[in-house]
Amino acid sequence: MSHAIRCRSLVKTYAGRPPVEAVRGLDLEVRTGECFGLLGPNGAGKTTTVEILEGILAPTSGDVEVLGLRWEHDERALRQRIGVSLQETRFTDKLTVRETLQLFGSFYARGRSADEAMNDVGLSEKRSSYVVNLSGGQRQRLAVACALVGDPDLLFLDEPTTGLDPQSRRQLWDIIRDLRGRGRTIVLTTHYMDEAERLCDHVAVVDQGKVIALGSPAELIRSLGGDHVVEFALDGARKNEPSAKSEVDLEPLLALPSVRSARAEGPAVQLTVAEPHVAIPALMEHLERGSRVLSQLSTRHASLEDVFVSLTGRHLRDE
Amino acid sequence: MSERRNPFRELFLARLREFVREPGVLFWVFGFPILLAIGLGLAFRNKAPDEIHVGVLDAAGADEVVRALTPADGFHVERVQASDADQVLRLGKVSLIVVPGREYEYRLDPTRPDSLMAELRVNDALQRAAGRADPVAVHTTHETKPGARYIDFLIPGLLGMNIMSGGMWGIGFVLVDMRSRKLLKRLVATPMRRTHFLGAMMASRMVMVIVEMFLLLLFGWLVFDVSLQGPMWHLALLSVIGACSFASLGLLVASRTPKTETVSGLMNLVMLPMFVFSGIFFSSDRFPDAIQPVVKALPLTALNDGLRAVILEGADLPSQLPRIAILIAWGAVSFVVALRVFRWS
Repeated sequence: MSHAIRCRSLVKTYAGRPPVEAVRGLDLEVRTGECFGLLGPNGAGKTTTVEILEGILAPTSGDVEVLGLRWEHDERALRQRIGVSLQETRFTDKLTVRETLQLFGSFYARGRSADEAMNDVGLSEKRSSYVVNLSGGQRQRLAVACALVGDPDLLFLDEPTTGLDPQSRRQLWDIIRDLRGRGRTIVLTTHYMDEAERLCDHVAVVDQGKVIALGSPAELIRSLGGDHVVEFALDGARKNEPSAKSEVDLEPLLALPSVRSARAEGPAVQLTVAEPHVAIPALMEHLERGSRVLSQLSTRHASLEDVFVSLTGRHLRDE
Repeated sequence: MSERRNPFRELFLARLREFVREPGVLFWVFGFPILLAIGLGLAFRNKAPDEIHVGVLDAAGADEVVRALTPADGFHVERVQASDADQVLRLGKVSLIVVPGREYEYRLDPTRPDSLMAELRVNDALQRAAGRADPVAVHTTHETKPGARYIDFLIPGLLGMNIMSGGMWGIGFVLVDMRSRKLLKRLVATPMRRTHFLGAMMASRMVMVIVEMFLLLLFGWLVFDVSLQGPMWHLALLSVIGACSFASLGLLVASRTPKTETVSGLMNLVMLPMFVFSGIFFSSDRFPDAIQPVVKALPLTALNDGLRAVILEGADLPSQLPRIAILIAWGAVSFVVALRVFRWS
């Protein structure tokens, strides 16, 4: 299996008082042709990591190899082969979409024409519009097109859908899937778990500058022990106990059949469950015995969010 | 696969397009100096030889006096009542009051040059009307040489000012703006050569300077009859050297600044002393001798003096070398330091 990126013991510390340790010993391997996701909350070190991989930042220490080359020796060759979309680049307002793409295209020795790149991201009918007149989603697609115009082997997309409306996000997902289908290696960062689940072959969950879990979305979810989450809350049945937190004793719940884990979540309780049709009747029976009344019961498939919560006790978007 | 475009050309075109598509920027670069020239040119125009305003006290013999002071000789006469006489003199409506009678009395303020001038002229006219014969016949020829008027002084100064602020804003502000939009960072993530980028910025600036120069010169020539004494290419050369120098200063000011607000302040800090000391609106020779070495070492002083020498005197290049050397020194030092410390992201 060939690798597009290998990086070991990556460390980036920003000088200051106190120094900020943005990345603290991070290991990654991205395979050729896959879509790889760096998933984590804001401030986890995703952007710093990606900018080191893009050769924009120099690491404090660690070993980085991109497309078998190294930034220290092969910058010129590497730049020709990667495409980059940064978080929130604002292109020149009064250039048209086409002019912007022609400008970026001119930097590459080979590549796609401005028209092809516009076509790739569905911006052809906006070719003569000034950048200032584009919507947020269109600007983001332009940023992706600028990354594509050099026909790169490896594409970095930093938070490509942050701040976009659902329809624009979906359009970008289609574009990314399409690129992946054409054999390009893609590294994307996101703090949307659904995005990572839908798009990525492998995901590294990053928190506080380290990879805390690595695998395919399915593997990570399976690591919870169950694919399903059952969430319930009790009616304020015992009104003499005014605590806002759940007063359910979690210990007996773990003993119920098919329940793998239990966690209080505010006034509700979340169970990770392998087989809901086994667990739910048992749960009902258990609550019945305690004369508790349900106010809410739901089941859903477990997500990467649940993985993150189970690993850190925090939500991805707490910050 | 399309034909590859030349990156330098694309960067250069992008910069020019961005420039000409911003009406506000176009106004400040091209319109503003011309408006300034119109305003100041009108305010300080050399009037046709000034009329002499004379008040004649309404008394016996006034008619004779009024007849003697003809408009053809440049007199503007009004009759005044005795009660108003002091008032009109004090307000400067007239330069002199003539009290008619068998003997004339002139009332004037000897601290006012116009009053002294009026006294001579009025006395001359009245004496001649009363029958004085001049022993020698005199012919006077009036001529005003181009180059001596305020507008002649002003146009080269405005050109110099424009070259300075154009370089600072057009390079310094634009770069910081691109940095704050993360566009610089995005560009260095491509294989773009940084020399192409900076070269294209400079080249587009040179094109604008040449256009600015022609517009201002053409305007001065059409409206105020300001003519260029030296050869055009000397003027163009000096303008381009000045533009390079100030573009480098702009680059230096922009080299590490992350925010446009900060760079605006910095640029004003750099430009303000030159607005005052470098002889845009009045001659820098007016400052005390003690600070002249500093004043003369400022790049805008060198540029303005040089532009005036070419436009007004037609000075040859060798005589301009010290000024050119000052401009090149500022430019070269700024450029080298700027490249050393420049931050792309």
